[in-house]
Amino acid sequence: MRLSTLGYCLQQGFKNIWRNKLFSLASMATMAACIFMFGIFFCIVENFQHFVKEAEEGVAVTVLFEEGVSEQDIMDIGDQLTKRSEVSQVVYVSSDEAWKSYQEIYFKDAPELADAFVDDNPLANSANLEIYMKDIAEQQNLVDYISSMEGVRKINRSDAVADILTGFNRLISYVSVAIIGLLLAVAVFLISNTVAIGIAVRKEEISIMRLIGAKNAFIKAPFLIEGITIGIVGAAIPLACLYYLYNKLVLYIAVKFDMLTSVMKFLQVNELFQILLPVGMALGVGIGFFGSFFTIQRHLKV
Amino acid sequence: MIKLDHVVKSYPNGVGAINGISLHIERGEFVFVVGDSGSGKSTLIKLLLKELEPTEGTIRVNGVHLGRMKRRAIPKYRRKIGCVFQDFRLLKDRNVYENVAFAQRVIVTPSKEIKKNVPAMLSLVGLAEKYKSFPKQLSGGEQQRVALARALVNSPDILLADEPTGNLDPKTSREIMKLLEEVNARGTTVLVVTHDRDIVNTMKKRVIRMQKGIIVSDERESGYIG
Repeated sequence: MRLSTLGYCLQQGFKNIWRNKLFSLASMATMAACIFMFGIFFCIVENFQHFVKEAEEGVAVTVLFEEGVSEQDIMDIGDQLTKRSEVSQVVYVSSDEAWKSYQEIYFKDAPELADAFVDDNPLANSANLEIYMKDIAEQQNLVDYISSMEGVRKINRSDAVADILTGFNRLISYVSVAIIGLLLAVAVFLISNTVAIGIAVRKEEISIMRLIGAKNAFIKAPFLIEGITIGIVGAAIPLACLYYLYNKLVLYIAVKFDMLTSVMKFLQVNELFQILLPVGMALGVGIGFFGSFFTIQRHLKV
Repeated sequence: MIKLDHVVKSYPNGVGAINGISLHIERGEFVFVVGDSGSGKSTLIKLLLKELEPTEGTIRVNGVHLGRMKRRAIPKYRRKIGCVFQDFRLLKDRNVYENVAFAQRVIVTPSKEIKKNVPAMLSLVGLAEKYKSFPKQLSGGEQQRVALARALVNSPDILLADEPTGNLDPKTSREIMKLLEEVNARGTTVLVVTHDRDIVNTMKKRVIRMQKGIIVSDERESGYIG
């Protein structure tokens, strides 16, 4: 395509939007609403997954060993477990550290009771490994593997936490896919309507083009440009709003609910937008392109 | 140049618009097709533009069998045929220059050539000074001249005119026909569908008369019979 022809098609595409102002605005607004809701959902899902990840990393499987298993053997087992893909960190807790931690928890208000033990560590056989995981859904596999190892006496784990976190994560994913799918369908429908009206308005011009010998691509290009432009504008506006509002909201929560921020650490807006910006724009352009493309195929048989 | 062989065109409701016509028009000819409403004249134009497909028979234009032409070859074929209509079919939101340039833009002519060809064509039809006017600011005759300039700017081999003087007064009609004669003199084959007896009688060209979808007479240097 010649540069001047491309310029002409672009100009005609923009003119279509202008001639069809009200419908174009309605499409842009709906598209903006869809992408805005998608963005909100994305922020919630991403932040939740971030919380879940942090929580998962805080949940550990504790492995206790039989009497007679040396510190070196435990360390070797720890090294072996570190190499597994689902494991993020393995911490060795010696029996002295275990006893110290026990005292801090249970004898906090009566340290004199602990003094009764003097140098005698009642948890002498409690050297253990705390295993932190990358993905808590893999906990059962890891426990099965550790159970088969020699010298392992007991494995303490938190099934409830693992199940709740995994289940909730899955539920959020399903709900988000369903809502996003619905929003996309609405957006495609609206763009398709706008382009169909544009085609109806320009019916005479299209018939003249055909008679003069315009190629299909030349006739169709302005409508594609119209759809894509609506998509770009409809995506850029809500993304800019989200960028601004997310920052404000996180700041507001940090000031008003500082208790909450100690439990939930929000993602930085730039971290979010590394994915949200290209995905949002691609969605806008994609919906604009396909919405107009299929409408052209249906209404513009040339 | 144009050859129709036993062409039939009937619509799905069973109505026959053309009921078996054979016709041969040589390169550079000027031909009138006359007849009452419903005689099949406009259907003939649509068949030649490949807007319609014949139910039976073959149509050859410039040696090309239209029935065997692939869909994607149609735009290229139409570029060699100029057409004007009774209702002018101008783009109302564009001025005279843009209306004529439009025909060049759709066939992807370089801008430099458009800037050269369009004023030349407007001079030919006598509208060089009105290039900035919009269709509604022009008279019927002027609008038809713009339509003619648009049809001719791509140098077609054939010019099809469907009732080009249908909306014009006798004086303007004669001017338009004079222009068509000039175009014909430059080598373009011209086929004019008309009801206008005066013009046909004055110009003494080949006249094909149609009635109920068949050709009832085909005479050289004739007048409007019937």
